[in-house]
Amino acid sequence: MDFISILSIFVLACFVGYFVVWGVTPALHTPLMAVTNAISSVIIVGALIAAAAAGVPGAKWLGLLAVVLASVNIFGGFAVTARMLAMYKKKERR
Amino acid sequence: MHEGAAVPAWALISYLVSGVCFILALRGLSSPESAQRGNRFGIAGMLLAVLTTLVVHVPYLSDQEPTTVAARWRDVDWTVAAEILAAIAVGAAIGLVTARRIAMTAMPQLVAAFHSLVGLAAVLVGAAAFLNPEAFGIVQQFPPGTGWTVYAPVNLAVPINPVSRVEMGLGVAIGAITFSGSVIAFLKLNGNMSGKPILLPGRHAINLVTLAAILGLIAWFTQDQDPLIFWTIAGLSFLIGFLLIVPIGGADMPVVVSMLNSYSGWAAAAMGFTLHNTAMIVTGALVGSSGAILSYIMCRAMNRSFVSVIAGGFGGDAVAAGGGAAIDRPWKRGSAEDAAFLMSQAEQVIIVPGYGMAVAQAQHALREMGDILKKEGVSVKYAIHPVAGRMPGHMNVLLAEANVPYDEVFELEDINSEFARTDVAFVIGANDVTNPAAKTDKSSPIYGMPVLDVEKAKTVLFVKRSMGGVGYAGVDNELFYRDNTMMLLADAKKMVEEIVKALG
Repeated sequence: MDFISILSIFVLACFVGYFVVWGVTPALHTPLMAVTNAISSVIIVGALIAAAAAGVPGAKWLGLLAVVLASVNIFGGFAVTARMLAMYKKKERR
Repeated sequence: MHEGAAVPAWALISYLVSGVCFILALRGLSSPESAQRGNRFGIAGMLLAVLTTLVVHVPYLSDQEPTTVAARWRDVDWTVAAEILAAIAVGAAIGLVTARRIAMTAMPQLVAAFHSLVGLAAVLVGAAAFLNPEAFGIVQQFPPGTGWTVYAPVNLAVPINPVSRVEMGLGVAIGAITFSGSVIAFLKLNGNMSGKPILLPGRHAINLVTLAAILGLIAWFTQDQDPLIFWTIAGLSFLIGFLLIVPIGGADMPVVVSMLNSYSGWAAAAMGFTLHNTAMIVTGALVGSSGAILSYIMCRAMNRSFVSVIAGGFGGDAVAAGGGAAIDRPWKRGSAEDAAFLMSQAEQVIIVPGYGMAVAQAQHALREMGDILKKEGVSVKYAIHPVAGRMPGHMNVLLAEANVPYDEVFELEDINSEFARTDVAFVIGANDVTNPAAKTDKSSPIYGMPVLDVEKAKTVLFVKRSMGGVGYAGVDNELFYRDNTMMLLADAKKMVEEIVKALG
């Protein structure tokens, strides 16, 4: 992929993000932060590539460390979001 | 030749699908009913991205990628594979235990801590890409017969594509700022560091020079791939992240946390540019705009400009306007019994929670109080100011934790007109967001900030620890001295528990 196609994806994704996030109800802003935090750990993709690559040991260990950090975030972020969302309940109709 | 950039088409598609899953994850948060499904989309997207990467980048024993299926299985470097899986398992264990144990009141600290991890991970990935550009497919391409293999065989460093160098430099810089900024935000939110702004002399000049130096070094980095330049960029970025957050006071933390949220997204996007990875770019753009919008909402709710928040210093200096002398003005003190009587006689009670409720962990007692009142036929509602608490939506989560149904909880613009028709406004742990001076007193530092019109209720019950303290903005609250205000001076949780006793 060349730089321009990547840039196009990025710019369009910014617009998608803009409209989607304005649609998030303010009551869920804390779960929003938790879940965005979890998904931004998709950076683990880069960490996995570095960890799997042979040749440069330093890069491999940096990659492994990044895998640990990103995993903490992924598992912790999604779990804490799920925990929060499970608490939001509607009024019981009696 | 083993070429890192040659990602198969199916993998490109699956990264795209994972990006779409992340969009759906945020989309789900538009209502509490669809939010849990959204979270599952997020998990699915992440699983897909990780599995795709694991399959595409299997560690092999030989440099050459095996061609036959049998050879693929035979040549897998299981040691490296086990190391990777172990790294994921360690992270998963830490993450899951933390997520389970954390108190809901500590959510702002947790989010700040998580941001710092994303930032640091971005720096590490950037550094790994710098050390091993071949693995990331960012080696500079030259026409055959020219380039570094011909002209610079003594130069040990593999030249990195200049565009990738900029992306890498930016990714590392933003990641480092996110890391050190989030660490400071964590320390402030967690109480390890005073919430008061720390002001260095000449800090604006220092920050601007540092920022200019980072950008200059990134420009230089495209010309000269010296490790020293790379590490200086990282080092200066760690420094400026620290410098930027240290002068920002506790009350501005909602903006800071959202801003760091945004940065963690931009860092991921920059790394996505380096790796040409759609999932990372889409996610980075989503998270980046999400944090930016939240910062904007928070700034608007405080009537402050983003620049003035970033410049820092708010909420520390004792503001002269009506400060010390005002304490002598007459005010009324009430007891738990008075409050219980007033509320049980009311037709409608609106509860206004703030950070103080979180600190006192009063949300469960508060819900109990609401339940008793509802049984007696009183209509109970909750009014939330956008900046109540230490992060966007903080109060909503705490009320949800205490089993308050979310359709009893209202945002400022939806409930403000109701105070005039309300018998009792019960303010607990909020202060500045109820100050009528924001509407009338032009000299007040919070003038122009949208506030909850609690003073329009027939009676205001204001739970506060003592009369001495001021809110985070450092201003005295007009509300205390009004005829229809009754001060309930005690720890928020104790006071609510006493009211519950008096009601029962």
